[in-house]
Amino acid sequence: MAHEHKLEIFRGLWKFKSNTQKIWGVLIFLTFVTAIEVVLGIYKPDVLMSVWINPIEGGFFATLANIILSPFVYMKPLNLIFILLTIVKAYYITWDFMHMRDETKALRRMVVWTAVFLICYLIFILLQEGGYVFDVYNNDKAIIKRDF
Amino acid sequence: MDSTVASTGTEGKTWGGGNQPLKASYGKLMMWFFIVSDALTFSGFLAAYGFSRFKFIKEWPIADEVFTHVPFLHGQELPMIYVAFMTFILIMSSVTMVLAVDAGHHMNKAKVTLYMFLTIIGGAIFVGSQAWEWATFIQGDYGAVQTKGGNILQFGEYVNVDGEEKFKRISIDEFAVSIPDVRVEHERSNGLWFREEASLPPYTVNEIYTGLAANDNILVRTQIINDEGEKTVLSREESLKQIRDNGKLVVKGANLHVNEYGTALFADFFFFITGFHGFHVFSGVVINIIIFFNVILGTYERRGSYEMVEKVGLYWHFVDLVWVFVFTFFYLV
Repeated sequence: MAHEHKLEIFRGLWKFKSNTQKIWGVLIFLTFVTAIEVVLGIYKPDVLMSVWINPIEGGFFATLANIILSPFVYMKPLNLIFILLTIVKAYYITWDFMHMRDETKALRRMVVWTAVFLICYLIFILLQEGGYVFDVYNNDKAIIKRDF
Repeated sequence: MDSTVASTGTEGKTWGGGNQPLKASYGKLMMWFFIVSDALTFSGFLAAYGFSRFKFIKEWPIADEVFTHVPFLHGQELPMIYVAFMTFILIMSSVTMVLAVDAGHHMNKAKVTLYMFLTIIGGAIFVGSQAWEWATFIQGDYGAVQTKGGNILQFGEYVNVDGEEKFKRISIDEFAVSIPDVRVEHERSNGLWFREEASLPPYTVNEIYTGLAANDNILVRTQIINDEGEKTVLSREESLKQIRDNGKLVVKGANLHVNEYGTALFADFFFFITGFHGFHVFSGVVINIIIFFNVILGTYERRGSYEMVEKVGLYWHFVDLVWVFVFTFFYLV
């Protein structure tokens, strides 16, 4: 059985002498990322609490722009940072702890692409629908009232 | 002519058969397939959570106000600290697991044993913390009144903290007035033979209302999140009116029917998602214990390969991976 490990992370910026050292290095990095999340979560800087771009008005292309820029238009920057940091953590857990870095390209793609595609699809469908139901409850013509 | 094609011209190539294109054993590959399908299950739960949250985006509980407790630090509001500790424990046990796998590659039985043991301890601490988190959540702290429409009304007052007006929650225990004419809980010893009912709420709405009317400083806070991202606080008249006209049930703590923190769905998803994850951690610990004993007994030493440690390791890391997402979507976002 092959035991060679790829011993560098951050695209070769950080190289390790042994697999054990790499594991501790990744732990330090993951702890650091979690610490950033916790600090941001406790202090919630005001700058990150309101959206940076307001929805663009007018016509088809404005709608298209809103969809393309949706992480900036509809999400608080703080939440966007949390989600990105989570994906970073997930990447290093999968790549270094689960040894995905050392697997063949075919195995890696089979697992990662399938999961990522299906999960993105599911999230899109359900969040879209959730937003629609919110509208049904809350728009001007809403018949259902819950404020009693 | 043959009715089936036996040679397709791929002989000797990657997928021609007779070799291992993925360079992974059957067991490991199946573990990966299981992990993909389990990842889809968890993402189904989290996406459903997202759906419900988008549906009630204006009234969803704020996690920082719900999970504020840390063991041994009673009465202090420390959001995030304990759950960050739990995250760290789980990542740490992931590290000891991957160290065990590494030691297995070097056929070092003593080290595999040690690291597997540490992994099991980490998992046990996590499950214990999860249980404590549940117990705290179920018990609740301030209590609230549920309205006829199913909304939650909480109580508090404005206090001056360092020259800043802040809304501070008040427990219903502090102001509710006990009125002796309340209904007695039906027990199996009286009335219908062997019939009993679930325990009654600690107070009636009338007791809460009387207490509220007697304390001028107390205001009602609704579920609705205002433009500043905080829950709306009602005026004094409006507070009394809401409790008098709409108050239906006094709620303390959380269960699958009601919860004092806000919309009932929040508690449902909390129990369901963290429960399902906790169950994964629990079964992971059990599997780890089995593998641990196999390591001690020398099963893998005789087999000449510690790949079983690697396979259970994959599962254990996956549990960690899921927690990273649960942590983000339940406690941070």
